[in-house]
Amino acid sequence: MSIADIQAYAYLVGTVIAVFVFYNYIVYLYRSEKRGEKDHEKFGKLALDDDITSKPLVDNNPEAKNEKKEK
Amino acid sequence: MQSNAGMEYDYSIVKLFLWTTVIFGIVGMLIGVLIAAQLAYPELNYLLGEYGTFSRLRPLHTNVVIYGFTLSAIWASFYYSGQRVLKVSIAESKFLSILIKVHFGLYIIAAAAMVVTLLMGITASKEYAQMEWPLDIVIVLIWVIWGVAMFGLIGIRREKTLYISMWYYIACFLGVAMLYLFNNMALPTYFFSGGLGNIMHSVSMYSGTNDAMVQWWWGHNAVAFVFTVPIIAMIYYFLPKESGQAIYSYKLSLLSFWGLMFVYLWAGGHHLLWSTVPDWVQTMSSVFSIILILPSWGSAINMLLTMKGGWNQLTENPIIKLMVLASTFYMLATLEGPIQAVKSVNAIAHFTDWIPGHVHDGTLGWVAFMAFAAVMHMAPRVFKREIYSKSLLDAQFWLQTVAIVLYFASMWIAGITQGMMWRAVDEYGNLMYSFIDTVSVLHPYYVIRALGGFLYFVGMLMFAYNFYKTATSGRKLETEPQFRSPMA
Repeated sequence: MSIADIQAYAYLVGTVIAVFVFYNYIVYLYRSEKRGEKDHEKFGKLALDDDITSKPLVDNNPEAKNEKKEK
Repeated sequence: MQSNAGMEYDYSIVKLFLWTTVIFGIVGMLIGVLIAAQLAYPELNYLLGEYGTFSRLRPLHTNVVIYGFTLSAIWASFYYSGQRVLKVSIAESKFLSILIKVHFGLYIIAAAAMVVTLLMGITASKEYAQMEWPLDIVIVLIWVIWGVAMFGLIGIRREKTLYISMWYYIACFLGVAMLYLFNNMALPTYFFSGGLGNIMHSVSMYSGTNDAMVQWWWGHNAVAFVFTVPIIAMIYYFLPKESGQAIYSYKLSLLSFWGLMFVYLWAGGHHLLWSTVPDWVQTMSSVFSIILILPSWGSAINMLLTMKGGWNQLTENPIIKLMVLASTFYMLATLEGPIQAVKSVNAIAHFTDWIPGHVHDGTLGWVAFMAFAAVMHMAPRVFKREIYSKSLLDAQFWLQTVAIVLYFASMWIAGITQGMMWRAVDEYGNLMYSFIDTVSVLHPYYVIRALGGFLYFVGMLMFAYNFYKTATSGRKLETEPQFRSPMA
């Protein structure tokens, strides 16, 4: 088998894996929302409520995370 | 990270990039009008000696509108919306505050050097990559600085979730970084020839067909990662913010993102259909180009459906008009491109005027309209002044819409006429037309194209005047508008 054949098979396998991962991602997005585990649509509000004084949707402040854990 | 009480977003860098957007827009489009007129009236090639010829000015036009006008608008939008969706001010980091000034300073130096070298005829002769090796090094440096600024800002953010626009800006950064480096790999001949020849000259590290494939891997993805990805980033922020309506489907925006990322990179070979590249490369790029319709339309439909329940704004707000028409032109251009990439269609379309027609649907209708909308949304907020004139913005919109129609309609007709005439044979198999026959037939369409370009340029001047008056003498605003931009 030449290097070109190996490249071609690797390309085909890679494409199939990428398509599989992509379709699984679609299923994950819709299923997790249907089961009430995640609300992806709430992130659309990030563009609307974007003042520097606005409360973050998901706080990145580690202190706030620690406080939550202690509670 | 400090408390955000009493903190404000830092728009100093945004203001600078807004001004360069306007200035490069005027320069780039003026050159575009001149070279369009030169194609219709060749005598216009001799206005400025060697510096005014089509061959000198055409790369200058593309480079100024891509790396001047468009990149300025992208960076203004990034530094504006990036801070806002991450809920962090650049002013909170002294390092980032200095870095963005270096970013702008180096950018201006590189832009000036680009204009001078291209006018002097110093070119690497690669489409959208004409700049010679010393400039390439400066550009890589600028890109790295932008990357550090972007990831630095992300590093100190308050909002943990990265809004979809940020994903697209990151993709723009990574895509261009990778492809620009690969395509511009070149040897400066002076250093490898014992000091012979011009120090600015270089030769590509690739040769022949490989060079062509790498070139169009970059060339097409310059369209992807400069003309598409960051413009989607802009519309996903500015359309919801200006209309006050959240993005129609956040999930669809994520799906379209990954779809676009996967598919776009494989489509570059469609620029080389019917050439000497391997047949499988041509077929693959053709197939991927067709598939590209899906993620492109996914984004475009998502943008249009964001206006669901708020379509009345289309008649009331010229900024919304610009963005809705930009989405529509995005749909048109991303359907037209794949059609041209079908091998049988490409057999007629290749090398004809249909190609620049297609490019300008996308650039004038999608990229520039979105840039105008973004600039006009940002202007009242960064200068704290009302937009100077709504009626002027409205008039600009209609004038430029007519201009685009004149441009693409004339190029569609010219391109297909040209393609058919080149292929026409008589009953003995002899070509029916010589090249000059096509030139004579196409002359009226070239005149219409130049007229369309001129009208678009007049719209650009109206926009520049409106922007200047907004920045300097618009009515002062006490509070920042939440959604709809105020205009007199």
